[in-house]
Amino acid sequence: MIGAGGRSNRLSALFWRQPMLALAGLALPPVLWLVLIYIAALAVLFVAAFWSVDDFTGEIVRTWTVRNFTELAASPTYRTIALRTIGMAALVTLTDAVLAFPVAYFMARVAGRRLRLVLVTLVVLPLWSSYLARVYAWRLILAHDGALNWGLRALGLPAAEIGYTNWAMWIVFSYIWLPFMIMPVYAALERIPPSFFEASQDLGARGWRTLRRVVLPLAMPGLIAGSIFTFSLTLGDYITPVLVGGPGSDFIGNVVYSNVGVANNIPFAAAYATVPLVLMGLYLWLARRLGAFEVL
Amino acid sequence: MESRATRILLGVWVALVLAFLFVPILLIALYAFNASNVQSWPIRGLSLQWFPATWANGEVRAALWLSIRAGLIATALAVILGTAAAFAVHRYRFPGRDALSFAVVLPIALPGIITGMALNSFFVFWGMQLSFWTIVIGHATFCIVIVYNNVLARLRRVPRSLTEASMDLGAGPWMTFRRVTFPAISTALIAGALLAFALSFDEVIVTTFTAGAQNTLPLWIFGAIRLGQELPEVNVIVLAVLALTAVPVWLAYRVTMDPDGR
Repeated sequence: MIGAGGRSNRLSALFWRQPMLALAGLALPPVLWLVLIYIAALAVLFVAAFWSVDDFTGEIVRTWTVRNFTELAASPTYRTIALRTIGMAALVTLTDAVLAFPVAYFMARVAGRRLRLVLVTLVVLPLWSSYLARVYAWRLILAHDGALNWGLRALGLPAAEIGYTNWAMWIVFSYIWLPFMIMPVYAALERIPPSFFEASQDLGARGWRTLRRVVLPLAMPGLIAGSIFTFSLTLGDYITPVLVGGPGSDFIGNVVYSNVGVANNIPFAAAYATVPLVLMGLYLWLARRLGAFEVL
Repeated sequence: MESRATRILLGVWVALVLAFLFVPILLIALYAFNASNVQSWPIRGLSLQWFPATWANGEVRAALWLSIRAGLIATALAVILGTAAAFAVHRYRFPGRDALSFAVVLPIALPGIITGMALNSFFVFWGMQLSFWTIVIGHATFCIVIVYNNVLARLRRVPRSLTEASMDLGAGPWMTFRRVTFPAISTALIAGALLAFALSFDEVIVTTFTAGAQNTLPLWIFGAIRLGQELPEVNVIVLAVLALTAVPVWLAYRVTMDPDGR
């Protein structure tokens, strides 16, 4: 007992006198993990995109070639899939921004302390609850004999046959990632001092003008931070297209997955995966420059 | 400040968005009690028959057990690595500090297929068979950021004067850590660990690339929904998973919302 205490005391005193040792002890494990596993994995992915697979043996050939990329660029199918993925990610981001902004504004400016706490909890709870459960719920709701058509029939409206279409994907993605947009926008709006609103009004700006010239610019880092999640998560998804999408709903992720699992063509999958990788790299770099990381 | 009409409109908007968020979850919870094995709305009658049937399913139990084991080990790793990274970034200025805080976020900021695909080609590159440990490595990698964010946010709120006071009163660095710093961050650590476990327990996309032929619980659910098989069991599991993940999340928010532990 005393021995152990003495040893840990001596050790901690050593760390205190030698901050570099302490820093190394703290920083090295996470740095080594992230670099040796994750960054290395990204590097392998990037390099593998320039390899190929032998057509006869199915073995990976480790010689440099841009064949995967030329094949991708030449194929209208893969271009359509990439554009569908990126377009859907952009559309979902926009939808969530529109849905989230008034909610975040209400939480930050209108709700009292107690209500605000309740709302934060209510918004965060679905964010952490099962992803599959929520996608599956929509699969049942949007199905031919699901709750949506039942509700429409009850209202005397024609049935909406949107199960297994791109419409379904749009609804489900917007639904699933919505909390990721509300929270950072709320964090950004909450930081605006009330005096800014008063100053803007004193200077004669009406409600809309204050919103446009004061609130929106200050909410921007929050919107960008939220968009990182909504955009990136949609871009990298392939489960939702499988579960609620239709025959023409393939995403980049679906092609990547089938090339890894079924076709066993990792180089080709890696080449296609560099599309979202490069896109997100640019997006993150831009977001960082615009100060979005401070409200994450 | 805002006019009455604006406030009412905003309130209505919030109510609609909350309904949008929660109605599907409530609906799916009801399906678990569906007496029929046809998944149409309205459900044909209430029954508890699918609960014992699901528990009796060996595949489900094996998948659940695998998810729990992988989640626990990944969480433990994430707690160690995330806490260390948070302390390093908070206490020291060093070259690569920004890069470290960026690299920690990367596994969840990048699209899931990228992380999954990268890890998969990494394992293939080194000739590693996909196994329990490849699942754990993947989960730990994207869980680090959860612990890191929670601990770092707390460290920023603990005043430096606390540790200084402790040292002035004659406590050594170790004693100060054990008696001052650690109690101050302990709830953030617990919250981070709970949320990391919740994330690991639910993850599908990265896991499909690192699990090979194994089934974690989400992978089993995904397979069953896709094939349209055993849907009554899926309904029950989905309800159980919703209820189970709500517990750690609710606990995590409780321990962090009241940092004084009162």
